[in-house]
Amino acid sequence: MKYETVIGLEVHAQLLTESKLFCACSTKFGSGPNTQVCPVCLGLPGVLPVLNGKSVEFAVKMALAVNCSVNAKSVFARKNYFYPDLPKGYQISQYTEPLAERGYLDIDTNGGKRIGITRIHMEEDAGKLLHGEGPEDSGSSFVDLNRAGVPLIEIVSEPDMRSADEAQAYLKSLRDIIVYLEICSGNMEEGSFRCDANVSIRPVGAEKLGTKAELKNMNSFKFVKEAIEYEVERQIDVVESGGKVVQETRLFDSAKGITASMRSKEEAHDYRYFPDPDLLPLVVSDDLIEGQRKTLPELPEAKRTRFIKDYSIPAYDAGVLTASRDLANYYEEVVKATNEPKVSSNWVMGELLRLLKEDARDVRDCAVTPASIAGLIEMIKNGGISGKMAKEVFEAMYKTGKTPQEIVKSTGMAQISNEDELSRIIDDVITRNPDNFARYKAGRVQLFGFFVGETMKATKGQANPQVINKLLKEKLDK
Amino acid sequence: MSITKKDVLHAADLARLELTAEEQDLYTEQLSRILNYVEKLSELDTTGIAPTTYTVPLKTVMRADESRPSLPHEEALSNAPDSDKDCFKVPRIIE
Repeated sequence: MKYETVIGLEVHAQLLTESKLFCACSTKFGSGPNTQVCPVCLGLPGVLPVLNGKSVEFAVKMALAVNCSVNAKSVFARKNYFYPDLPKGYQISQYTEPLAERGYLDIDTNGGKRIGITRIHMEEDAGKLLHGEGPEDSGSSFVDLNRAGVPLIEIVSEPDMRSADEAQAYLKSLRDIIVYLEICSGNMEEGSFRCDANVSIRPVGAEKLGTKAELKNMNSFKFVKEAIEYEVERQIDVVESGGKVVQETRLFDSAKGITASMRSKEEAHDYRYFPDPDLLPLVVSDDLIEGQRKTLPELPEAKRTRFIKDYSIPAYDAGVLTASRDLANYYEEVVKATNEPKVSSNWVMGELLRLLKEDARDVRDCAVTPASIAGLIEMIKNGGISGKMAKEVFEAMYKTGKTPQEIVKSTGMAQISNEDELSRIIDDVITRNPDNFARYKAGRVQLFGFFVGETMKATKGQANPQVINKLLKEKLDK
Repeated sequence: MSITKKDVLHAADLARLELTAEEQDLYTEQLSRILNYVEKLSELDTTGIAPTTYTVPLKTVMRADESRPSLPHEEALSNAPDSDKDCFKVPRIIE
């Protein structure tokens, strides 16, 4: 039988606020365990949560970017369960009345597809469980509550994706947007951008959804794809061999490339949500919404399309260059100065990104200014340096932050394009190699390369290759 | 509306409560009585009336996104039954 895969994603994104969702503890990542905790996020008695306004603005921004309607009123609810990472015994989330609903996101797999977004709601993150390494720790787990109370938004998609590739494309697109909005770091490894996948299969043509498994623990785009692909195969095997898929949570094991059932808290999927009596309804005014709408930047998809159209660069280039807002801005500044979109793309996308990647650095901390790259491109264009030299100059620019002019001057790397000077050098080369000259004249035209090489050697590689070719042709073939 | 012993056991399990056989019977009976009493409310026709989640016509306030010093680390852990490695120590949670 042929099967169709049905996937919906639940994405959690940590908001880049300075303080937690309901208390003033810092959200800074990487501090010592339990140093950013207070009576509110520790769940001590007698405290009251007070909502962080910035987190609401961020959530609204995301809602607008993915075309959701923002509810004028939403309600915080308690999701009750016992787990050591949850000190209050409940998580403050939103349930029947979320912040925003009914949005969509267009992805560009197989000629484009629209993925529905069911809802976006706000909630607090839980703490972190550490499991000791040593034998003396075998009976214990350790709880760090620094993360407890950090603001999250959860973005729930419709079950609109039909393959692991589509799920991955949707997730990437969502991440690009969230990073462009500067409301989340988008870092999957650190867990500030997390994804759970609801995966089911059904016979092709069937209306009814199959029983789903919820996949967790996929902390990279690659793992999301691998986990879904594995899970689909597994479910098909189960059904083909006469079994039934059971609804459960499965953890992805990236070392083995498989998903495995996580039984622990399955039994009681009974969260007994109810409105949190400590928090009044969240009312989002039109002013707040319209204010946020005005701050929306050009989003990745729109930018990509504009780059392809305005700069006539390949879709691939446009995709790479718009991967971050900083990089896109950088590229646009180079183009503004050079008016050479493709050449500029080659330098920014090729050389610059290569070096940045080697050092794991961001374009924001890059010593080379867009004006410097533009200057370099200009020097190549007017023959001041060769393309090969330019790469060396560029590496020096990257290391020192100096302008190409300064580097060329200090290293004496300028290209010799002067025909009189090169002509004298070539004459000299020919005089020093009478035998090869004679052989060339007798028909061994391959020796042309030998003369190019000798001339380059004589000029320490600084001769303009085009000029050498032209002069050598004149002299050897006359 | 009445509840069964099974409901009581489920609720007890969610609340991590251990009940003796007598308690199970007692609570099943008592909780049924309470629910039957509250059931009176459904005699009213509430068609078209929004659920009253809050009884006061107020909305939530919001604070500025500014961080303030947290509890001193030692104080934060001072009520913990057990702590180690700067963390709250709990029976091992197996994932």
